[in-house]
Amino acid sequence: MLSRVADAIYWMSRYLERAENIARFLDVNWHLTLDTPGGRGEQWMPLVSAMGDFDLFAARGLPEDRETIIRFLAFDPEYSNSIVSCLGRARDNARTIREIIPTEMWEQINTFYHLVREAAKGCDAVLNNPYHFCDEVKRRDLTISGIAGDAMSHDEAWDFFRLGRLLERADKTSRILDVKYFILLPHPTDVGSNLDYVQWAALLKAISALEAYRRRHGRIQPERIVEFLLLDHDFPRSVLWSLIRAQQCLHAITGTPMGYFANPAEKRIGQLCGDLAYMSVEDVVAKGLHEFTDNLQTRMNRVDEAVFATFFSTFPAIDGASQQ
Amino acid sequence: MPPKMNFDSYDVGPFFDEMFTPDGQPRPGCRMLHDKIASLPAGEILARQAAAEQAFYDMGITFTVYGHEEGTEKIFPFDIIPRIIEAAEWDALERGLIQRIRALNLFIDDVYHKGRIMADGVVPRAVVESSSGYFKECQGLNPPHGVWCHITGSDLIRDEAGRFMVLEDNLRCPSGVSYVLANRRILKRTFPQVFEAIDIRPVDDYAPLLLDMLHAIAPQAANRPTAALLTPGVYNSAYFEHTFLAQQAGIELVEGRDLVVADGYVHMRTTKGLKRVDVLYRRVGEDFLDPQVFRPDSLLGVPGIMDVYKAGRVAMANAPGTGVADDKVVYAYVPRMIRYYLGEEPLIDNVETFLCWEDKARKHVLANLDTMVVKAAAESGGYGMLVGPAATPEEREAFAAKIEADPRNYIAQPTVSLSRAPVIVDDHFEGRHVDLRPYILYGDDIRVIPGGLTRVALRRGSLVVNSSQGGGSKDTWVLGPGAAARG
Repeated sequence: MLSRVADAIYWMSRYLERAENIARFLDVNWHLTLDTPGGRGEQWMPLVSAMGDFDLFAARGLPEDRETIIRFLAFDPEYSNSIVSCLGRARDNARTIREIIPTEMWEQINTFYHLVREAAKGCDAVLNNPYHFCDEVKRRDLTISGIAGDAMSHDEAWDFFRLGRLLERADKTSRILDVKYFILLPHPTDVGSNLDYVQWAALLKAISALEAYRRRHGRIQPERIVEFLLLDHDFPRSVLWSLIRAQQCLHAITGTPMGYFANPAEKRIGQLCGDLAYMSVEDVVAKGLHEFTDNLQTRMNRVDEAVFATFFSTFPAIDGASQQ
Repeated sequence: MPPKMNFDSYDVGPFFDEMFTPDGQPRPGCRMLHDKIASLPAGEILARQAAAEQAFYDMGITFTVYGHEEGTEKIFPFDIIPRIIEAAEWDALERGLIQRIRALNLFIDDVYHKGRIMADGVVPRAVVESSSGYFKECQGLNPPHGVWCHITGSDLIRDEAGRFMVLEDNLRCPSGVSYVLANRRILKRTFPQVFEAIDIRPVDDYAPLLLDMLHAIAPQAANRPTAALLTPGVYNSAYFEHTFLAQQAGIELVEGRDLVVADGYVHMRTTKGLKRVDVLYRRVGEDFLDPQVFRPDSLLGVPGIMDVYKAGRVAMANAPGTGVADDKVVYAYVPRMIRYYLGEEPLIDNVETFLCWEDKARKHVLANLDTMVVKAAAESGGYGMLVGPAATPEEREAFAAKIEADPRNYIAQPTVSLSRAPVIVDDHFEGRHVDLRPYILYGDDIRVIPGGLTRVALRRGSLVVNSSQGGGSKDTWVLGPGAAARG
């Protein structure tokens, strides 16, 4: 397929996944708020940090309250990682590859974008209760995934679609974990000490993991949760699951057998998957969870760079400069 | 209580109406639709119009409105009441269009070879060679089967008597066929019962026919040709159409930057390296096609592509050079071309046309500007024109000066009262002027898509139907041979 098209489908998919994850971030924090009466412990800045945009937010000089941060993350057209911006860019990319993606997918992306823009116009209702909005965003993105799985040929376009989505998901799952860790556990040695059950349950719920976790591990134990989100082999939002599937997509695209590599993208993701697959949660904790996720994110960024260099670099996408 | 809409107060006026006879009776082919509309409960028509507009919006068939709130999007105006053409009427039109396209292609091929028609004094050489669509670089080229123009959209109008006439031929990159297909898709949702009850000729085979045509013109060497649609990119106003056609035909959609000439062939850059392209449906104007041959500043085209084309290693629809017959002055000579090449009388007339470079005609035009429509030869989209009766004396004076300064560039036609069709205006129906753009594909043989795009001048009294000038569109139903008997 055309390099330009592959680039566009990869980024379209990443932006959709990113929008969904921001909705999940907002949702988890909102639920945590409800469970801490009187606003005690209400913390919203960690969400901005999770996106890696603390400095950008600080430079605006905005108050760090709930309304401002929800507005920023969901609806700020000037902020390139807001839900509305992500959907705008997903739609821009989709528009350039409308001939590749199923009509139903384009229509879903298009109406999704309009929905969020409308919500941004009168966003007081969302600021007062973001639940319905976040739920709708998640649901619509899941619908798009469903259309992709059932209406796209499982060919190269599908592999690039999945690759973008899986790399973005791995990145965001690690970040959400990192955030809770920051809020609740400033010192690595405290892992497993006095974490609030409710908060961890809310986090699992936000990434649709609570029920799957329960069947797997039963009791809420922070260490098992960390293991589940980072290293589980079966749960489709865990970092390892996402990266292994992303690796399979890469190999499907190039035809290189698993266990071999023919380009930097395959090499980097192969090394990363290998390291994670043979790691235990005790190794992670020993290293320090934040230090671990920090390093993980750096390595995932290097995979993304290698994907660009391997498949797209002759032709940066339409807004290539802003795609990060 | 929403109003009940019917045609009781509909005024046909002193025009040919597409739906009603002068005494207000529905035409035979329109009766069933008319009765259906009349039987709908109050509010239903407006609800269906709103649903159709929402569907366009959801499908993303929109354009961005600048100067309003940032990023406001609007759909192209669309009216759900279809325009109906009866079987016999269409058959006559189809024959006339086929005749016309055949002659136009013989003309273009002649122009770039021996130029017999000019040597014989039927079309002046000066007119041809001064056309902005004439490229001497194309002299001697031999597109497959001698066909240059594979995709045409000729504009037809009807006068007061209901007679169809050709207003102009669009031979370069005629757009709008995607709206024909989208309109039809929406109308099937809007009036399903009518579709079930009467025989309406389908238009959905346009994309497969387009693909067949592209394959038919591919270089001999390719047994499974790779076809691609070449677009200027996402900022082009017809970009929706480009993606739509590429998707429906299952071909690649490429921009100039995706293509490269290597080893004597055209290739596209893919994730697995270069892949050869055999046929291009180009929606990029000739002048932008190859910066080595045409405009050196163009970034839309592909350097070196004309060499590949000349070597017969890539086919292009429409062939470069086709635009020579798109010129409005050349248009005036089409009836003569039909007689010259085919030895036949034109089955569809031109609108009477005055060529301003002829002294006598120019004097007549300048003396009668208030009754005429004057057009610049190489413009399209409703630009560079004067609608005499609607213009102020100052505007007419200014236009007269332009004509005197560059007479070759202008033609004039008497103002034809285009036929009208009913459209929904607020809560009732009013007549609005329409034209018709049928689409013709010419590969191994000539195929005319039944119907085409009916464009509507949405402003009361306006004769200008171009979408760039506030026009809208309607679905066009061509009835099958059995429809009249059952209807």
